[in-house]
Amino acid sequence: MSQVSTSPALGIATKPERRDIGLRRRYAAERRFRLYGMAAIAFGLLFLFLLLFSVVSKGYTAFQQTMITIPIEFSEQIIDKNNERATNPQKLVTANYPVVARNALAKVLGVSEDDRAGLKAVNGMISDSVRVQLRNLVTADPSIIGTTQTVTVLAHGDLDSAFKGQIDLTVPETNRKVSDKQVGWMNQLAESGALSKHFNTGLFTNGASSRPEAAGVGVALIGSLYMMLIVLVLSLPIGVAASIYLEEFAPKNRFTDLIEVNINNLAAVPSIVYGLLGLAVFINFAGFPRSAALVGGLVLTLMTLPTIIIATRAALKAVPPSIRAAALGLGASRMQTVFHHVLPLAMPGILTGTIIGLAHALGETAPLLLIGMVAFVADVPATPMDPATALPVQIYMWANEAERAFVERTSGAIIVLLIFLILMNVGAILLRRRFERRW
Amino acid sequence: MSISLLLLIIAVIGVAGYLFGSWRANALAGGKLSSLHSRPGYYGSFVAIWSVLPALVVMLVWIIASPIYISSTVRGGFPEEVKATSQAEQNLAYNMIGAISRGLNTLSAEEREAMFADSATARTVLAAKGVPLAADPAPYMLTSADDLNRMTKASGTFLSILVIVAALAGAFVSYRAIAPKFRARNRVEGVMLVSLIAASSIAILTTVGIVASMATEAIHFFNMVPAWEFFFGTTWDPRFAAAGATASSGQFGLIPLLAGTLYIGFVAMLVAVPVGLFAAIYMSEYASRTVRSVAKPLLEVLAGIPTIVYGFFALITVGPFLRDISAQLNGLVTGNYASFIQAQSVLTAGIVMGIMLIPYVSSLSDDIITAVPRALRDGSLGLGATRSETIKRVIMPAALPGIVGALLMTASRAIGETMIVVLAAGVAARMQLNPFEPMTTVTVKIVNQLTGDLEFTSPQTLVAFALGITLFVITLCLNIYALYIVRKYREQYE
Repeated sequence: MSQVSTSPALGIATKPERRDIGLRRRYAAERRFRLYGMAAIAFGLLFLFLLLFSVVSKGYTAFQQTMITIPIEFSEQIIDKNNERATNPQKLVTANYPVVARNALAKVLGVSEDDRAGLKAVNGMISDSVRVQLRNLVTADPSIIGTTQTVTVLAHGDLDSAFKGQIDLTVPETNRKVSDKQVGWMNQLAESGALSKHFNTGLFTNGASSRPEAAGVGVALIGSLYMMLIVLVLSLPIGVAASIYLEEFAPKNRFTDLIEVNINNLAAVPSIVYGLLGLAVFINFAGFPRSAALVGGLVLTLMTLPTIIIATRAALKAVPPSIRAAALGLGASRMQTVFHHVLPLAMPGILTGTIIGLAHALGETAPLLLIGMVAFVADVPATPMDPATALPVQIYMWANEAERAFVERTSGAIIVLLIFLILMNVGAILLRRRFERRW
Repeated sequence: MSISLLLLIIAVIGVAGYLFGSWRANALAGGKLSSLHSRPGYYGSFVAIWSVLPALVVMLVWIIASPIYISSTVRGGFPEEVKATSQAEQNLAYNMIGAISRGLNTLSAEEREAMFADSATARTVLAAKGVPLAADPAPYMLTSADDLNRMTKASGTFLSILVIVAALAGAFVSYRAIAPKFRARNRVEGVMLVSLIAASSIAILTTVGIVASMATEAIHFFNMVPAWEFFFGTTWDPRFAAAGATASSGQFGLIPLLAGTLYIGFVAMLVAVPVGLFAAIYMSEYASRTVRSVAKPLLEVLAGIPTIVYGFFALITVGPFLRDISAQLNGLVTGNYASFIQAQSVLTAGIVMGIMLIPYVSSLSDDIITAVPRALRDGSLGLGATRSETIKRVIMPAALPGIVGALLMTASRAIGETMIVVLAAGVAARMQLNPFEPMTTVTVKIVNQLTGDLEFTSPQTLVAFALGITLFVITLCLNIYALYIVRKYREQYE
């Protein structure tokens, strides 16, 4: 626009020479500008795909677990040498079960019982969690002592990584955690069918463990479930009630103005501040137990409330005033108008907002760190008052572990979390598509 | 009687009240409902409210008041020499009595007799029942524990009787009040309105709770560490919390943490603002409907991904990638394959946080750009300007205040972000300008100081609340200012 073209002089027969008004330059600038926009979107999407790709490619293997199926002889010699289990039940609990499993595997592999180095290598192939597994088998049914049973045990985390091809075997043997001998045995077992990959149910049922192969998100899932229930039960009624008051009843005065400004600001308060609030009020002042799902649920409720209130108010606002006028005109009271007519019509919008708020709460980590959910919890919590942990906190704890196998677990847990979030968001979208009315 | 059983009884009385109330209203109407003021259900709800609400209030008051009363009576019964000791020792004795009283409930009559005869055996007897004691209890503790048990039991019985009586009385009185002319609906709606108001005041209570809880703990902290040392100190070295130590032994300087927070936030905005703004411009001015309907939700997926996932991405993928590529670059230029970017660094945390912020910038500015009136656009295009010229010279100046507001909101998010910096920024509190080195932030230090064992008397723990209130005030100011700008901008075109 810097140059304005003047009309060509009249009466000249020759075609007027086009004056350079910088069109080419301006169009080039236009194209460049457009390109920047496309590049920006491409950049954002590129990182979205990179992020998802990096998580999925590292984590999909976590859903499979290498297991070894071998005949195990529950030798009385090792478990209960002096036959005192009738008088001393503690004997069966403290018995040296790893040796039982090691000997069984050694027998399959043909390693002599005197070859100490060999036995040690064999032992390194089986997960330490075998102790608990065999102990539970024996205490449940002591009669299997002395017999030989076929048992499927977890392979050691390093062997699991090796079998999944995650360990670079070209590295010198001393620099990696799996020796050549163990790899050879692994291939031998795999060929005979004793060693194979199974679907990893332990990932969904086990609690915290310092051994990656036995660690799972079971406890975290239950803890997150409790918290989501508490958030839903508390924040939906409170949020809807608050929005109804503010949108339908509140007179315009100082008090309601204060509430509104407050809600808008609470929605923008960093989540970690809610953790500090929970720590000071619920744990230090009210004396609730640390690490409990109850406290986590309460903190997340306070955090989610502003989101739900804002969504609900938008949904209520979208119901046209004609509905209210009609109900009032037929003699309904204001309460009846709201609860019989406006609220049902606004319900899809409210539920959509609630689901999105819940999805946000499900992925929130920072406030939970402060109220002690960073805990090593191996047992499934029976009530919301018991120590528990949450899915994102479990991810945080695993992310801090050094072992290679935990990277796989962490990515696996992230995939589980993302699947939940996708399900919730898709549910919200479907709900909106199905029930949303355009007035 | 347990609390849950009591709640169940109240609920049953409430439901029964509802049924009886509506039944009586129906009976009074005698088949002619129009003779009633309200529909029968309202009479039922009126009775139900009167049976449930007073009973719940009585229960709440009792549950709060009775432990306070019992504890003061038990403490009043302490021997004089115990009363003379410090408050902390009395608390210790009281806790022990509580443990003993729990143990007493598990004993049989004979075991009780034996234990009361010889208080020295109490510790071993109770330990066998799974109640460990810290020390051998004094004889008076056993009797006090017995008193405690008796009073707790009596209190429970009284509570049950009182609550049930309150529920029945409420039901009876309200049931008697039912008459055809009785305005049941107005009463019920009054209660509903009060509960709606109560629900909306929770927002205020939360704010008050945040400010009050953090302020009290922060004041405790400032009693131990002078405020100016905290706000203007340039060294962060809190040391470890020694058990019972109240004297401040470390240095709590806020400046290095604040510097790290702002630096990382700045790098993040450097990534997020251009990308987000250009994406918003393209989306609102150029993109076809189909492109928009695909790209916009996809970009918003970035906002729905939990921050812990970004943190992990930074820790596992971006950090090592930057480190390796810096080693390669260094090798190409100088021949020395040493990395100059550390895996945990300002750059790593900033880039990943910037990616997280892209959707915030783009969707907020998209709204604002679309809100610029059509006429401005058409006027500019009609004068022969290209689209980009229209955007640069007409739309952006018009939308600028709104966009500044949006950027301020985004900045407040960057400052309050926790998980990404916890995993990717490092924990070293230092002041430097090299973005390739780790720095730490306010939020990281809050997390560091509050994980593990907590002692609410040590400055090492309490400093987290001082940091928290600083963070709260900064983000609050940014947000209020941003809201003010956005609101003012909106008025301009309405």
